[in-house]
Amino acid sequence: MKVDVAIIGGGLVGCSTALALRQKGLSVALLERGFCGAQASGTNYGGVRRQGRPTEQLPLAQRAHAVWPKLKQLIGIDGEFRRTGQLKLARNEAEMASLEAYARTAASTDLQLELIGSRALAERFPWVSRDVAFGASFSADDGQANPRLVSAGFAAAARRAGVAIFEQTPVLGVSREACGFLVEAQGKPAIRAMHLVNAAGAWAGPFADAFGEGVPLGRIYPSMIVTEPMKVFMTVNTGVEGGNVYARQVERGNCIIGGERGLARADDADFSRPTGSAVTRVMQRAVQLFPLLKGAHAIRFWSGTEGAMPDKNPVIGASRTTPDLIHAFGFSGAGFQIAPGVGEVIAELITTGETTTPIDAFSIDRFSVDAALGSGAGVFPQSLQSRGT
Amino acid sequence: MSAAAKNPAQPLIVGAGPAGIRAAATLVAAGLRPIVVDEAPACGGQIYRQPLVPDGRDARARYGSEAPKAKRLHGEFAALQDKLDYLPNSLVWNLADGIADVAMNGAHKRLVHDGLILATGAMDRILPVPGWTLPGVFSLGGSQIALKAQGCVIGSRVVFVGTGPLLYLVAWQYLKAGVKVVAVLDAAPFSARVAMVKALPGFPAIVLRGARFVAEMMMKGVAFHYGINKLRFEGTHRVEGVSFEVRGKPRHLSCDGAGFGLGLKSEAQLADLAGCRFAFNERDRVFLPETDEARRSSVPGVYLAGDGSGIAGADAAELSGERAALSLLDDRGLAVDRARVGLLERELRKIFAFRTVLEQSFPFPAHWIADLPGNTTVCRCEEIDVSTIRDAADHFGIVEMNRLKAVSRVGMGRCQGRVCGAAAAELLAAATGQPISAVGRLRGQAPVKPLPMSFAELALPAIGEAAE
Ligand SMILES: Cc1cc2nc3c(=O)[nH]c(=O)nc-3n(C[C@H](O)[C@H](O)[C@H](O)COP(=O)(O)OP(=O)(O)OC[C@H]3O[C@@H](n4cnc5c(N)ncnc54)[C@H](O)[C@@H]3O)c2cc1C
Ligand SMILES: Cc1cc2nc3c(=O)[nH]c(=O)nc-3n(C[C@H](O)[C@H](O)[C@H](O)COP(=O)(O)OP(=O)(O)OC[C@H]3O[C@@H](n4cnc5c(N)ncnc54)[C@H](O)[C@@H]3O)c2cc1C
Repeated sequence: MKVDVAIIGGGLVGCSTALALRQKGLSVALLERGFCGAQASGTNYGGVRRQGRPTEQLPLAQRAHAVWPKLKQLIGIDGEFRRTGQLKLARNEAEMASLEAYARTAASTDLQLELIGSRALAERFPWVSRDVAFGASFSADDGQANPRLVSAGFAAAARRAGVAIFEQTPVLGVSREACGFLVEAQGKPAIRAMHLVNAAGAWAGPFADAFGEGVPLGRIYPSMIVTEPMKVFMTVNTGVEGGNVYARQVERGNCIIGGERGLARADDADFSRPTGSAVTRVMQRAVQLFPLLKGAHAIRFWSGTEGAMPDKNPVIGASRTTPDLIHAFGFSGAGFQIAPGVGEVIAELITTGETTTPIDAFSIDRFSVDAALGSGAGVFPQSLQSRGT
Repeated sequence: MSAAAKNPAQPLIVGAGPAGIRAAATLVAAGLRPIVVDEAPACGGQIYRQPLVPDGRDARARYGSEAPKAKRLHGEFAALQDKLDYLPNSLVWNLADGIADVAMNGAHKRLVHDGLILATGAMDRILPVPGWTLPGVFSLGGSQIALKAQGCVIGSRVVFVGTGPLLYLVAWQYLKAGVKVVAVLDAAPFSARVAMVKALPGFPAIVLRGARFVAEMMMKGVAFHYGINKLRFEGTHRVEGVSFEVRGKPRHLSCDGAGFGLGLKSEAQLADLAGCRFAFNERDRVFLPETDEARRSSVPGVYLAGDGSGIAGADAAELSGERAALSLLDDRGLAVDRARVGLLERELRKIFAFRTVLEQSFPFPAHWIADLPGNTTVCRCEEIDVSTIRDAADHFGIVEMNRLKAVSRVGMGRCQGRVCGAAAAELLAAATGQPISAVGRLRGQAPVKPLPMSFAELALPAIGEAAE
C-alpha cells in the first residue's frame, strides 16, 4: 500500500490529524495497535479548558477552541461538548495569589478570566463548600465533553472520509527510505508513505529514538471516579489550584471526579488502575469541597495511560533529523482540549511546510538527551515494549 | 524489621459460602489464622444462606434435602470463630498487590494479606426480554433469596421461566411454601433432557430428585412447557402475565409474579482485579478466570474456589475450597496430605463431568437474541436498549466489548455489566457476525459494587500491618 501520509496511533491526535489531512485531499493510512480512542483519548476526564495551561500553549488551545463548537459539522456528533465554563478554586491565600498571577499573564491573550471573591462565589456557585473554597478564577468559555464519544467520533469520521484505518495493527518498525518511509505493521503488508506522523501517545518514545531523537518521555496515570446519576447541581467544570481534585457533572447526572494518580497494572503495563488509597483520598476531598456528593455512590474508578514530558509541554512539530517526519506526543495530561487544533496544525505542516500557530516551544530538540538513546538509523530497536516511568 | 516481615501476613478468603468455609476450616486445621470477608451478614453463601431475622422456620423447611449440609457448615464455621478473623457485612471492593480494600459497615479498611482464596460464588444469568424490568419479575435466585432469607414470596400466582436446575428447584420450593405455581417454562427443548439419562448412573440422587420435583409439581397442576421462544413479560404497572411461543404457537398465561433465570454466572470481578488470566469457556459462553486442578490461578498466591471460577454447585464448592486451601498451604511450604489431594481432585473431576452433561440439558438460549425487539432494555442501570447497542456498534464500527461500552454506555452503570454484560456480548457478536469468544469481555474496574462517597471519611486503621 502507498499513501501520502502514514500515522502511528489512533488517539485523538492521530485521528484528528488524519481527518484534517483527508479534508486537504491527501491519502492517509492510520495504524492503531489496539482500538482507536481506547487509550488516553477515550479514558480522560473530559475537561475542555484553556485556563491553567502554560501560556505558550494558549495560541494552540485557542485554535482548538474554535473547533470544539463545530464538532457536529466536523464529525457528525457534538461529542456532548458543552461550553459550561471552568471554575478554578483557591483554598487559601497562596492559591488565590497564584490564580491572580495567572490571570495577569493571560490578560494579554484571548483567554478571558474573571476573578471571583468569596461572597460572589457563594452566590453564584452555592454547591461549593464555603468552608473550603476561598475564591476562584472563572473561564466562562471553557467547558467539557465526552471523551469516549469524541475520540470514537473522530475515528469514525476519518474512516468515512476515506482514511484507511487499521485497528489491532501495531506498528513494529519504521524506516526512512530514499523517498519516504517504510512502515511495517503486524499482520499487514508494508506501507510506503511520503510523510510519517508519530502520534503514538505514551508509546511514542521508541519511534523518536528510531530516528535519533531520544526524548525523556515518561508516563502518568490520572485517576478517575464516577458517581451514580444525581440531580444536576454542578453547573460548571470545576477544579482547584494545584489540581488534587476536580469534578464535573454530565447531563445524565453522573459526577466525574479526578485527582491523584493510579498505577500501571502488574500484568499489563499498558493499562493502569487507580489505587484504593488514592481514590479514597480524592473521594474525601471531593465530599468536603462539594457537600452534595455526600449522599452519592461511586460506581466506578478508572485510569488511563498518558505520555508526559518533564516541562509538561508536548512535543509537536517536524523532526530535526529526518525530513517528512512529524512528532506529536507527550501531552502531559492535557491533550484532550488541544488535540483537534494539533490535527489542523500538522495538516498545515505537511501540506505547506509551515503553520500559522506558534509551536516553537514544543520542538523535540528542547531537551538535550543523550543521542545514543536513539540509533539514528531509523531501524527499530526491538523495544516497542514500554519504557515508562 | 516491621511486624509484617517477621510474621507473614494472614491469608485472606473472600466469601463464606461452602467454598470459603471449607477453605477456612482447612487453613485453621493447619494452624493458620485466615481472615474471612463476606458481604452477607451471616455465613452460608447463596445455597446455605441464613435468614436475616429468625422467621420460625427450621433448617428442614428452609433448605429441604440439603438441610444437614447447611447445618454442618454453619456449625463448623461457628466453631472456628476464635481461630480466624471473620468480617461479615464487608465488601471487598478492590484488590491489588497484596492489599484488599474493604468497605465495612460504611468504613474503609485495607487488608494486607499473604495468600488469597477467592470464593465469591455466582449470580443469576439473564438475557433481557421484553418486560423483564417490570416490577414483579424477579431473578430465580432473587425469588429464592426472598423465600430463604426473608420468608416472603414474589407473588400469589407465579410463573417460573428460564432454564437450568435452579428453575425446577425454586419452582418446587415455592410450591412447597404454598404458593400457586402457574407454570414452569423452560427455554430448553424437551429433547435436550435426554442428556440427563447419561448422568443418571453417576449421580442418581440429583437426577432423581429433579425428576421427583417435576412429578410432584405436575400432580399439583403446574403446567410445563419446553423449548419456548419469543418470551415477553406483560403488564402496565407490574407483571400481569407472560407470553411466549411453543412450537410456533403463541401462548399466554396470567400471573402476578415471575421468576426468571438462565442458569448462573460466576462472580469473577475480583479475580479480574487480582490480575488473573481469563479464558473463554465454550460451554457457558463466558470468559472465566483460569485455574488448574490444584485451584491455582495464573497469579502466584491467588487461588480460586467454588462457583466463582465456573459453575459446579455446592458440593464441588466445598471440595474446591479445601483443594485451594491445600495449595495455599503447599505453597507456604507446609505439609499437605497427598492422598487427600488425590481424592479431592478425583471427586471434583467427577462432578465437573456430570456438570457438563447437566448443562447440555439446559442450554443457554443464545438464539433468543435474534428475536429481540429493538426497544428491549438491555442495560437497566443506564437504560440502554437493543437498538442503541446495534446502532452504536454500526455507527462507530465497533467489534469489541470495551469499545461497545465506551460508545453506548452499556455496562457503565451501577452493576458494571454484571447483569447485562453477557447479553451485550451476544448482541455484539450477532451484530458483527463474530463468534461470541471474539468480542472479548468487559475489563473489570473497582469498586466491584457501588461505594458511598462519604465512606472514606470513616477510614479505619488497617488490620495487623503497617500503614502505607
Ligand atoms: C485519565 C486521564 C485524564 C485526562 N484528562 C484530561 C482533561 O481533562 N483534559 C485534557 O485536555 N486532557 C486530559 N488528559 C490528556 C489527554 O487525554 C491526552 O493528552 C490525549 O488524549 C493524548 O492523545 P494522543 O492521541 O496523543 O494519545 P492516545 O489517545 O494515548 O493515543 C495514542 C495511540 O497510539 C497507539 N499506539 C501506541 N503504540 C503503537 C504502535 N506501535 N502502533 C500503532 N499504534 C500505537 C495507542 O494504542 C494509542 O491508541 C487526560 C489523560 C488521562 C489518561
Ligand atoms: C441466588 C442463588 C441461589 C442459589 N441457590 C442454589 C440452590 O438452592 N441449590 C444449589 O445447589 N445451588 C444454588 N445456587 C448455586 C450456588 O452458587 C452454589 O450451590 C454454591 O452456593 C456455591 O458456593 P460458593 O461457596 O462457590 O459461593 P456462594 O455460596 O455464592 O458464596 C459466595 C460468598 O461470597 C460473598 N462475596 C462475593 N463477592 C464478595 C465481595 N466482593 N466481597 C465480600 N464478599 C463477597 C458472597 O456474599 C457469598 O456469601 C444458587 C446460586 C445463586 C446465585
